[in-house]
Amino acid sequence: MEFQLTEAQRALQEAARKYAREVVRPKAAHYDETATFPRDLLSTAWELGLLNMAIPAEYGGVGLSHLEQVIVAEELSWGCAGVATSIIANDLANLPIILHGTEEQKKRLLGHFSERLKFSSFCLTEPEAGSDVASMQTTAVRDGDHYVLNGAKCFITNGGQAEQYTVFATMDKAKKHKGITCFVVEGRPKGLTASKHENKMGQRASETVSLTFEDVRVPVANRIGEEGQGFAVAMATLDNSRPLTAMFSVGIARAALEYSMEYASQRKTFGKPIIEHQAIQFMIADMAMNTHAARMLTYESAWLLDEGKRNTLQSSYAKCFAADMAMKVATDAVQVYGGYGYIKDYPVEKLMRDAKLIQVYEGTSQVQRLVIARELFK
Amino acid sequence: MKILVTAKRVEDPESKIKVKPDGSGIVQEGLKYKINPFDEIGVEEGLRLVAKHQGEVVVVSIGGKEVQEQLRHALAMGAHRAVWVNHTGPLDQLAIAGLLQKVVEKEKPDLVILGKQSIDDDQNQVGQYLAEFLGWGQATFASKVESLESEQEKNKVPALVVGADGKTVRVIREVDNGLATLECQLPAIVTTDLRLNQPRYASLPGIMKAKSKPIEELTPAKLGVDVTPAIQVLKMSAPPARKAGIKVADVPALVEKLHNEAKVV
Ligand SMILES: Cc1cc2nc3c(=O)[nH]c(=O)nc-3n(C[C@H](O)[C@H](O)[C@H](O)COP(=O)(O)OP(=O)(O)OC[C@H]3O[C@@H](n4cnc5c(N)ncnc54)[C@H](O)[C@@H]3O)c2cc1C
Ligand SMILES: Cc1cc2nc3c(=O)[nH]c(=O)nc-3n(C[C@H](O)[C@H](O)[C@H](O)COP(=O)(O)OP(=O)(O)OC[C@H]3O[C@@H](n4cnc5c(N)ncnc54)[C@H](O)[C@@H]3O)c2cc1C
Repeated sequence: MEFQLTEAQRALQEAARKYAREVVRPKAAHYDETATFPRDLLSTAWELGLLNMAIPAEYGGVGLSHLEQVIVAEELSWGCAGVATSIIANDLANLPIILHGTEEQKKRLLGHFSERLKFSSFCLTEPEAGSDVASMQTTAVRDGDHYVLNGAKCFITNGGQAEQYTVFATMDKAKKHKGITCFVVEGRPKGLTASKHENKMGQRASETVSLTFEDVRVPVANRIGEEGQGFAVAMATLDNSRPLTAMFSVGIARAALEYSMEYASQRKTFGKPIIEHQAIQFMIADMAMNTHAARMLTYESAWLLDEGKRNTLQSSYAKCFAADMAMKVATDAVQVYGGYGYIKDYPVEKLMRDAKLIQVYEGTSQVQRLVIARELFK
Repeated sequence: MKILVTAKRVEDPESKIKVKPDGSGIVQEGLKYKINPFDEIGVEEGLRLVAKHQGEVVVVSIGGKEVQEQLRHALAMGAHRAVWVNHTGPLDQLAIAGLLQKVVEKEKPDLVILGKQSIDDDQNQVGQYLAEFLGWGQATFASKVESLESEQEKNKVPALVVGADGKTVRVIREVDNGLATLECQLPAIVTTDLRLNQPRYASLPGIMKAKSKPIEELTPAKLGVDVTPAIQVLKMSAPPARKAGIKVADVPALVEKLHNEAKVV
């Protein structure tokens, strides 16, 4: 067992940290306040290869291992979790192709992402189907060389900016999850419309929209996997992406911890810096301990993927523990700041709002516990 | 053209540096290291010149196995290959310049770029020694206030310009009372000052590519250089802590103190 990053892993970490510190942090409050799309930050991320890190090198990507990806993800989220979500959205959308696409599909559908800045969206959630993916209502009907998609998706990250969409639709509602199929919609075809960007609590730099599909035609060549395999494709994708979202939590928590340590050394009450009050020391000790525990769980869940092993249990451990942990740590950071923590001029209330989302997207904390229990009793 | 650039491993300026209680050195534990910032500027300048004039950037570092990390950083920025002079133990500036002289004689670069100093012990000597050993021209403290406004603006008056015939280099350098321009015949030695350029970020693809770029290993013995230090560090100590300032009641009191105590006015 090696509890040490390699030289190359440290170099990747350093590169991502530099981007987060020098490019993202100075603008994070601005994009949080205005909830506008951080195109300039994403453009720099693209130039540095931070976008599309999961695409294998043979298809033009950086081809990082899962462990390397989560190392980078911690830094991105430390900079701003909303920006990190926008960056990783491309990988999430491309994972079904990376995992289940044919050689021809990988070349054709992944190649562009290294040639220019291009966004892609993962379209699973629907107004009536969030946690319960199998009750999906968006339909796909075969028509010659095409499928015709109809329905609505919601909460789609980067949906208004994307030029490629990985869409899940059912071919037979009665078959529940066995009816679901995965498609890639290229460009912005007729019939595909995006609503306005949702006004969110946190991670406001990431764009979240609803999409409607009205007779959107997709060539058969853009079906990923077989008909009826879509549910398995989606679940495999989430097994791969959960370590990344888990690591977003770690990035937020580390930021909260650092801010708290800094503030607690400066702020004085009752004649001494508050870090000298045991109540504050213990709170900060818990923050540090839990942040590190989540990081270790996440490393393990990513390492399993690199070993080619199934990580469903460990990635749910990591995502659930890390998300709940970050919520607590960010809330405690606000506590350490006292009244100032509640004020937007200070950096910690944003962390609390940003952390909340991780308990919800890519499988809520309740759903993670369902998965864990199911795996344990298997 | 071929450009040789140095890449020294130094303590990260953001680390907390503590002197060992016995004064024998600094506490290494928990320290982070990085490429000397002046060397990073040198790598950037080398890459820009090679982008214009073709050729390659070769980086060189002297030290134990750990200096490979700084070589990889330079390779990730885009340098083509690296030379590692493997040596652990104390080295003084003369020994370093001696080793670099041999590397230069082996590599035969058209230009050698070094940092004007390294931020660990701030000696500001190696570039000058090296020029003397080789009998080459030198232009130290290459500098220019770089405008960040646009690419065009940035490239207006580069501080380092290679002549059209590829035989000379013109260098704008920072001196006490402004800027001086020197012209040197190539091959030459240039040392970088802080404002020469803004080094690029190492990109992820760059880092991945750097893994497979070659690092050639040399040793002082192979190069035939005796590196026994001529200078011995006897003791290190932290500078005395600054005393707290005082507040004066008014301007006349301030002037009185400046005149009678500090004796500056
Ligand atoms: C900002 C943002 C970005 C998003 N980005 C994307 C995206 O890019 N692509 C995409 O497809 N989706 C995206 N989502 C959707 C997200 O994945 C879903 O919101 C999430 O899966 C939860 O679904 P839901 O909102 O329908 O909640 P529901 O499923 O309605 O859940 C409501 C509550 O019930 C609980 N619950 C549900 N079922 C059970 C059960 N069986 N047992 C116990 N508790 C249960 C949940 O834990 C939750 O607390 C995004 C969401 C947000 C907010
Ligand atoms: C929206 C808002 C409205 C408010 N309205 C009013 C108002 O109308 N009138 C008014 O007078 N005030 C008001 N306040 C101020 C509020 O009561 C203070 O913010 C609160 O008392 C905390 O003080 P502080 O912010 O200075 O935090 P600090 O006292 O600096 O505390 C910082 C942290 O240190 C901890 N701490 C401090 N001392 C100790 C100790 N000895 N042992 C252990 N832990 C310690 C605290 O619990 C906290 O976690 C308001 C604040 C806010 C945010």
